[in-house]
Amino acid sequence: MATRCQFENSNDVGVFAKLTNAYCICALGGAENFYSVFEAELSDHIPVIKSSVAGTRLVGRLTVGNRNGLLLPNTTSDQELTHIRNCLPDEVVVQRIDERLSALGNCIACNDYVALIHPDIDRETEEIVADVLGVEVFRQTVAGNVLVGSYCAFTNQGGLVHPKTSIEDLDELSSLLQIPLVAGTVNRGSDVIGAGLVANDWAAFCGLDTTSTELSVIESVFKLRDAQPMNIINDLRASLIDTMA
Amino acid sequence: MEPSTSYGGQVTFQPYATQGYVLCCLCGTSILPNPSNMCVNCIRSQVDITEGIQKQVTILWCKECGRYLQPPKHWVSAELESKELLTFCIKKIKGLQKVKLVDAGFIWTEPHSKRLKVKLTIQAEVFNGAILQQTFVVDYVVENNMCPDCNRQNANPNSWVACVQLRQHVHHKRTFLFLEQLILKHDAAANCVKVKDIHEGIDFFYAQRGHALKFIDFLQSVVPIRFRADKQLVSHDTHNNTYNYKFTFSVEIVPLCKDDLVCLPAKMASSCGNLGPLVLVTRITNQITIADPITLRSYSMDAPVYYRHPFTALASQRALVPFVVLDIEPVPGAHGNNSRFQLAEAQVARLSDFGRNDTVFYARTHLGNILHPGDTALGYDMTASQLVGLDYEAFVNKGGRVPDVVLVRKSYEDKRRKRHAKGGTAVARPWKLKTLDMEVEDNTSGPRGRNEAAVEADRERFLQELEEDPDMRARINIYKDAERLKQQQQQVGPEHHRQQQQRVIPVGAVGDDDDDDGDEDLPQIPLEELLDDLEGLNLEEGQQAAGGRGEDGNADMDMD
Repeated sequence: MATRCQFENSNDVGVFAKLTNAYCICALGGAENFYSVFEAELSDHIPVIKSSVAGTRLVGRLTVGNRNGLLLPNTTSDQELTHIRNCLPDEVVVQRIDERLSALGNCIACNDYVALIHPDIDRETEEIVADVLGVEVFRQTVAGNVLVGSYCAFTNQGGLVHPKTSIEDLDELSSLLQIPLVAGTVNRGSDVIGAGLVANDWAAFCGLDTTSTELSVIESVFKLRDAQPMNIINDLRASLIDTMA
Repeated sequence: MEPSTSYGGQVTFQPYATQGYVLCCLCGTSILPNPSNMCVNCIRSQVDITEGIQKQVTILWCKECGRYLQPPKHWVSAELESKELLTFCIKKIKGLQKVKLVDAGFIWTEPHSKRLKVKLTIQAEVFNGAILQQTFVVDYVVENNMCPDCNRQNANPNSWVACVQLRQHVHHKRTFLFLEQLILKHDAAANCVKVKDIHEGIDFFYAQRGHALKFIDFLQSVVPIRFRADKQLVSHDTHNNTYNYKFTFSVEIVPLCKDDLVCLPAKMASSCGNLGPLVLVTRITNQITIADPITLRSYSMDAPVYYRHPFTALASQRALVPFVVLDIEPVPGAHGNNSRFQLAEAQVARLSDFGRNDTVFYARTHLGNILHPGDTALGYDMTASQLVGLDYEAFVNKGGRVPDVVLVRKSYEDKRRKRHAKGGTAVARPWKLKTLDMEVEDNTSGPRGRNEAAVEADRERFLQELEEDPDMRARINIYKDAERLKQQQQQVGPEHHRQQQQRVIPVGAVGDDDDDDGDEDLPQIPLEELLDDLEGLNLEEGQQAAGGRGEDGNADMDMD
């Protein structure tokens, strides 16, 4: 289910929130509206926490993570690190890494199986990413842009990329990530996808300016149309019974 | 699995990339991505780049002169649907600074509707980086407003601001006939309001002082003149201290003409290198050229040099007497510095004396290469005429030797008479000249009035001079007279025409082949020098001529 929201009148929700299948981190804001939207949607299933990273509210762009782990930049303070570690479930490995390109959310885009990273990231960081997040790492660009985290957003079900991505690139990325990809826009024609929306396997949040066309594209590619958690379990049950029987 | 090392843009070959389609964020139609990611119609519905540009403009137009006002004071003349009018209309629109104008054109409106429509195409940037192009129409309402010039002219017709009074104090108007042709060729009287023919000269009236000055500059380059400028106050505006004047330029042409006999004052003679004081004037352009018939030396002087020591003609055309050349012997080795002159000893007798008595004169003449025994020549008879002039008398008193006869030029009078007697239309000249339309003074009577016979004689002499002198012809335009040419060719007949074509001499003969061989060297204007009178042609002839010329052009191209 895709929801529209705003963080303090800004439509770039992807900057101020990080959403994965296991947890959600929101920024500390003056008003509770933003947090309450996320809470209403997600708190039944996953922990929704509020934090700052490196003293800033840009949690979405500075951190990257999936259900297996979370990576924080080296500018994160120790208190923040501790706070996050305490709030998140124990299965999630929280790690602070030393990387020159410290806006990890802009440089790395990942789901639970695959990650795309900025072509200039160090080899050690790449190994840590593969290790902590438990993913296969590919160095790629999206539509000629090196900031893969900003210009695409994908989950285990599907992904949305920069509108100027060529068809060959789209096919290549799709085969790498093994998920359906579509080129589109968010927030009334903005091409910065990663900043404009956050998504996981059953929920997505985007800016208030997003038009209904964009919203329908998002819902169809991330397969959110009738994605309630019960439906996933029903699918699972159906396939289990099939194999058993 | 090893991470793939494909760097998207860093390969050495250019990967083939087809642009994919995205959905317009507003209406969902499939479009190519653009900076705003909206389809064109959605952008148009969202943004209007013509906002802020004036869509209706009023312009002022003067009905009399057809000019449009460009504030604050300039009136620009333009035809309907012309480039100038388009530029003027676009300049009038406010708000075009921020956008880029790509295309502009007129939409047709009825000529009397007093409306103009201009279609403009502009480009402007919308959102971030997307450039939008839009076409729209601007309406102009044309209002009547008389411009100050027409106002002044209507209130006070026939008023002029500057006048050039051109005068030459001689007894004929041949200089003015030649000047008229020069003015027509160079189109110097284009800005003239009126031209008036006056005793001893012509008046030119102008609406602006600058035009009069330009005309005087032109005159200075073709005739030797001196002039003075005067002005007369017409009105005075005390509030802005502006003065309206009428300017008058009095221009005087040097009173010498070709073939005049002149006695140079002593000072002038010595400054010319002791040129014999009796000289002939050979050419008048913007310099006066005088030549000594005895030493064959010539000298050119400017108008200012002339006016330092001015001199008048001792004897002019009216005093020319015909002489018959009895014998002529060129003096060997004496050529003037231009090969036109050849010193010769001639034995001449007055035409009136010829056959009656034996009065014979011996003279030295510069016409050695033109005159043959039996020719008639015109010259000044120094023994029989009364010549008056201070310099002349001083020269004679000092003991200067005066020749008996000074021959000036060859005469073709009898040949012309013979031709005229032979056939009426054959004599008609196959060429014509254009004229400037002048107002002529009404008083035909009295000593100051025009003498029609004298005017005709002047004109005939002018045409004869044109036939005789190729240098003079080169400075003006002479036009073919098509009807007379056709008549002549019909009269002569095809065989004679062929004979004429075979004779490759510049002076063409149209006469019969048997009798007078003297008819051959009657000077005529060769057909090559005549220009086609394009205005005289009616449309079909013009098209035929153009077609003929076009064919020639094609032929040239084929040869390439």
